[in-house]
Amino acid sequence: MYAIEIQGLSKSYAVGFWKKQSQPALRGLNLTVEPGETFGFLGPNGAGKTTTLKLLMGITFPTSGSARILGKDLRDPQIKKRVGFLPEQPYFYDYLSAPELLTYYAQLSGVATPGRSQHIQALLDRVGLGDVGSKQLRKFSKGMLQRVGIAQAIVHDPEVIFLDEPMSGLDPLGRYEVRELIQGLKDAGKTIFFSTHILSDAEALCDRVAVIHKGELRGVGVVNDLRSASAEKAEVVWKGTAALSTLAGHLTESHVTGDTVRATVSTETLDLVLEKLRQQQARLVSVTPLHGTLEDYFLAKTSESGAAEA
Amino acid sequence: MKSSRTVTIVATLLLIASLAGSAVTSNKVESLRGKEATLEEVLFLPSGNALKRLSLGYSGLLADIYWTRAVQYYGAQSNQRSARYDLLAPLLDITTDLDPKLLVAYEAGSVLLAQKPGGAGQPDKAVALVEKGIRENPDYWRLYFTLGFIHYLDRKDYKAASEAFEKGSKVPGALPWMKVMAARMAERGNEIPVALELWNTIYQTNPTLRDTAVKHIVSLQAAADIKELTRRIAVYQQKSGSPPDTWADLIRSGLIPGIPRDPTGSPYKLMPGAAVWVEDPGKFPFLSEETIREGK
Amino acid sequence: MTSRLSAITLNTFREAVRDRVLYNLILFVLLLVASSPLFGAISIGIQRLVLINLSLTSISLFGVVIAIFIGIGLVFKEIEKKTLYTILSRPVRRWEFILGKYFGLVLTLTVNAALMTVGVYVALLITEQKLTTADARLMVAVYFIILQFLMVTAITLLFSSFSTPIFSAVFAFALFAIGKFAGDLRTVAAMAHGATKWLTTAAAYAVPNFASLDVIPQVAYNQPISGSLIVYNTLYALLYSAAMIAGAVLIFERRNLK
Repeated sequence: MYAIEIQGLSKSYAVGFWKKQSQPALRGLNLTVEPGETFGFLGPNGAGKTTTLKLLMGITFPTSGSARILGKDLRDPQIKKRVGFLPEQPYFYDYLSAPELLTYYAQLSGVATPGRSQHIQALLDRVGLGDVGSKQLRKFSKGMLQRVGIAQAIVHDPEVIFLDEPMSGLDPLGRYEVRELIQGLKDAGKTIFFSTHILSDAEALCDRVAVIHKGELRGVGVVNDLRSASAEKAEVVWKGTAALSTLAGHLTESHVTGDTVRATVSTETLDLVLEKLRQQQARLVSVTPLHGTLEDYFLAKTSESGAAEA
Repeated sequence: MKSSRTVTIVATLLLIASLAGSAVTSNKVESLRGKEATLEEVLFLPSGNALKRLSLGYSGLLADIYWTRAVQYYGAQSNQRSARYDLLAPLLDITTDLDPKLLVAYEAGSVLLAQKPGGAGQPDKAVALVEKGIRENPDYWRLYFTLGFIHYLDRKDYKAASEAFEKGSKVPGALPWMKVMAARMAERGNEIPVALELWNTIYQTNPTLRDTAVKHIVSLQAAADIKELTRRIAVYQQKSGSPPDTWADLIRSGLIPGIPRDPTGSPYKLMPGAAVWVEDPGKFPFLSEETIREGK
Repeated sequence: MTSRLSAITLNTFREAVRDRVLYNLILFVLLLVASSPLFGAISIGIQRLVLINLSLTSISLFGVVIAIFIGIGLVFKEIEKKTLYTILSRPVRRWEFILGKYFGLVLTLTVNAALMTVGVYVALLITEQKLTTADARLMVAVYFIILQFLMVTAITLLFSSFSTPIFSAVFAFALFAIGKFAGDLRTVAAMAHGATKWLTTAAAYAVPNFASLDVIPQVAYNQPISGSLIVYNTLYALLYSAAMIAGAVLIFERRNLK
């Protein structure tokens, strides 16, 4: 069972005065995330990252497609007990204090009353807000609010945690601390899905990443594969899923979107794979040697030529 | 994917059921309150002036609403005519306090108040309402018209009717016919000097009405003359023990200076039984025994 | 479910209190105190009448104003400020959210009215030196005022679920004003013919009937209020409010939040 499984998820907004034109924010996203994985969702601003998260949380409704979290359809409210969410630049009820806010959220998430207040105090300590006491949230700095945000995302000890730009607006110390927190969650075996446009964070924390641009998935892969210093691996993209079965053993990693297959191949087997694809008459789209940093990969995928692969 | 199907169905059913239920309950509540609950609110309203202040400048609108209420509950077209005529006068009073210039409330409202059947049968209250209207709208002569007719038709007070018409006739823009009504009312009420004066004014100021005026004037003068002559005949009878045979008897006893002539110039006729009449009654269409008898 | 509902209800109440809404009570007290010289200048019988009319009308009006001013933001504010994001990511159903907000505001208004009523009784005690059974009738009037709050809040909540605050406020106030003349709307409907009759009858039922909930004059004149009227008015207010809330739920369930 995947922790997160997204199938053909699409969202279009009706725009224009008469709401006749459709503006796609997300086009046919396919993704899977394994339990315990830390998955980075990368993309420039406006790529569709936040839209994806809103769809997954049930804040907006998809135009088509579906998704499952921990095997359950995302419409199932019960699944939310095992899911945590930190929205981008969150705003909380500013008339509450941090313990009050966390208690409220804990109640809504079904955290049992016995031991709850101690648990919340421990959590506040853990995110570095141990001594805020009854100060109202309207007096918190941005960094403090971000920590409250993380606290509320995990107050009910969820298995899957979604973070939208968790480092946004933080100073270097704040970012370091949040990174440590995420690392701690990762060590505890949680599945973490976080979107960001800061590649260094993704590189440091994620097992796999996906690159999204203009609503389309442009690339998926294991981080280490995508940024090898020497060209040990290459990414091959082709159309025609029929060839996939014959090539299964030669691919390090593969990902299918519709008719397009995106696979990571070691450079030794590259020629073999290309040969087999020609035999199968699969339509080759691109071959990208994976060397350089994640940034190189990212830039390659978000350039105009990267669009051809969609 | 939209919302949970269950929630949608439940909410839709609830919506329809509650709306229907609320309509039904609302009916029940209204029936419990009584048919005239809305009318009875007038009993609880503060004085018109207090209400005016409370209505924060929307007193005109409020007046219109109350006037509509009056029409709905008391008007001829109403299919739920209310018998609570005790509430009509207060309602109209409040309406006109809120909007003193709402003329229709005075005009039509006073008719509703005065009439019976088809109204409250409270002409005195109707008079009070119209007089209030006149105070607030002194330039509107038609209120005098309404007032006059209430006195005439519902109260049968011809003197008051005449005065109303006369006052109204003096308002700029009043139709000349107001004066005619004043004169006729005076005549009806046997106020001969008043009537004469009014007819004379009409004669002098209104060429089209001259003929009518003349007929009235001569009739009234004749009535006054005949009344006086009859009185002097009675004096003669008392002194001499028997009625006079001719005018000469009266002249000889010094009761009259000469042969009495009517306004057209013909002599009055002394009839058997010592009654006095005119030579040519055709010239005196408005002369009647009643005027002679009751004339003041 | 109930724990989530009560959590949202109490939080909404807490928000209103911390928003210093209850400060209107101070204004109310000042109003009563300021008008007390008026009482001294008039005879005893009228004194009570004025006190009851003034205070009950204030309780009603203050409450309606609060209901509308807080109600228009109940849903709108949460969407604008995106505080809803962290709520919806939890096992909270959208309809629970709407209901919780509703109960929270109603609770606020009821507490407010209750405190004001205590104030009125204190004032009565001061002016009359004792309380009579007639004074108990005040509770019926206050109860009806609370029923009125139930309806006004539900109406405002419905508008808040899809409209901006300004429009919500305008519509809600307009419906409140028209509702006061619901009786007249009915008589117009009864006298109309044809298509107009259909339209005006529909309007007469759609508009909340606040005229029948206004027993302030009767209470001031110490007239009894029938038990069945209390029962049916309660039913009416509950049903009408339920309809409005059902509408709000239907709309909110479908809303794509930006």
